[in-house]
Amino acid sequence: MPAIEVEGLQVRYGATLAVDGVSFSVGSGEVVALLGPNGAGKTSTVETLEGYRRPSAGRVRVLGLDPVADRRSLVARIGVMLQEGGSYPVLSPERSLRLFASYYDAPRDPEELLELTGLTAVARRPARRLSGGERQRLSLALALVGRPRVAFLDEPTAGVDPAGRLVVREIIGSLRAEGVAVLLTTHELAEAERLADRVVIVDRGRVVAAARPAELVRTGEEIRFGAPARIDVAELGRALGTTVSELSPGEYRVAAAATPARVAALTAWLAEHDLPLADLRAGRQTLEDAFLRLTGHEGSP
Amino acid sequence: MTAPRSRALYAQAVEEVRMTLEHGERLLVTFVIPLAGLLLFSEVPIVSTGSQPRVQFFAPSVLALAVVSTAMVNLGISTGFERGWGVLKRLGATPLGPVRLLLAKILAVLAVEVLQAAVLGGVAAGLGWRPHGPVGEAVGAAALGTVAFAGIGFLLAGTLRAEATLAVTNTLYVVFLGISGIMFPLGQLRGFAPVARLLPAAALADLLHPALDAGGRVPVEGWVVLAIWALVAPSVAAATFRFD
Repeated sequence: MPAIEVEGLQVRYGATLAVDGVSFSVGSGEVVALLGPNGAGKTSTVETLEGYRRPSAGRVRVLGLDPVADRRSLVARIGVMLQEGGSYPVLSPERSLRLFASYYDAPRDPEELLELTGLTAVARRPARRLSGGERQRLSLALALVGRPRVAFLDEPTAGVDPAGRLVVREIIGSLRAEGVAVLLTTHELAEAERLADRVVIVDRGRVVAAARPAELVRTGEEIRFGAPARIDVAELGRALGTTVSELSPGEYRVAAAATPARVAALTAWLAEHDLPLADLRAGRQTLEDAFLRLTGHEGSP
Repeated sequence: MTAPRSRALYAQAVEEVRMTLEHGERLLVTFVIPLAGLLLFSEVPIVSTGSQPRVQFFAPSVLALAVVSTAMVNLGISTGFERGWGVLKRLGATPLGPVRLLLAKILAVLAVEVLQAAVLGGVAAGLGWRPHGPVGEAVGAAALGTVAFAGIGFLLAGTLRAEATLAVTNTLYVVFLGISGIMFPLGQLRGFAPVARLLPAAALADLLHPALDAGGRVPVEGWVVLAIWALVAPSVAAATFRFD
């Protein structure tokens, strides 16, 4: 039995259908990202699973339980990180964690969680005086204090600096290793790709794709690379036996598959002309390309 | 499962009390203003209390004010901000749950009121206050008043934005201070008196004055008015309260 099951979920607010027939599942030890632009229905879906709202139609189960009807037994086994807020700004991380720990039968040690989330140095500072990233990590720590079997993380890396993102990524990795089912939302493609085993792309309340990140990004028939502007693309094209175009100053596209031989020829040609290579992207699209292809619009993913 | 649940309730109630006692603006409304009122009005002849020693009138007055400040102002404002911060919503997804959170808040209000009664009562006794009336009825009136004012606090906190709750509770506090027989004997309000008597603050003050000064009859109207507020305000609050 999957830890999270969603079948034909609809969430309606008045005349607006925020979630329109979403289905997916998350297994224990699996990390799934709901990816989509703002307003795609990600938070509505997650909040239905957390028991905050009833499905207008469809069926949701968390650990086999109905999140609304069985909420009292479910809350002890889930960890929730809301999109914003959810902790006392007047309390320090240490006090908030101790308070939340008192709600659970066998909580994690607050000290250990402070260390894990990198908050030890600010453990006694009121949360309102923490940075945005530190508050996010506090919110994550509060979600984990009850040793959840299922973790719902709504935008866990929003506003988090690169060092903090690394911390969040490591924590999600260890949750996976402990067999926790993790459902997170993000509107950042790169984050979904880094964090999740599977990505469910939602747009305007519907699932447009669900697959492993590597499967979503189609193997491309091109090589992109960065080099100084205005190199001789005609000559390079002749050397590679294909066409090379300069997409924007210093950004080039080779219209052929990234075979090892062709990549070697490209770098050899650049070496011959003493041209530095800024970056090289061979053989695949980014998730961003995939997102645009799948949703057919640029909804600030 | 049951032992940790009562531990959660206890931990939450203790934290609620600590948050009240650790913040200046919350101490101001719960302790400093009633205490300042007691000292000022008992020692300085600002308001005439007739032949009665001033402290005999003002000690029950500030005890009534203390109930208003804790059960309505402090509870309402803090709950309003916690709602705005998403804390109430978040706690709904923990084993503490909304019911224990509510109980913890009520326990915290009672604990703060006991502290207020000790501090204000102690200072008043030092100023010569000697309660002679039925103290048991005063405790009953304070309890009923707590329910009524907590109902008003929750009603505002659960429906208005936090800043609006702050403004409205503070305004009501000043209104109750002025026209509810807390700081002036109701008889001095002349035409306002009949209206003021329908307010919960006047009803509470009406019940505490005879119970806590020179004795005398505790008015039945006071019980009726306060009981109606204690029934209606929490019911409306429960029906309209939004956690997010």
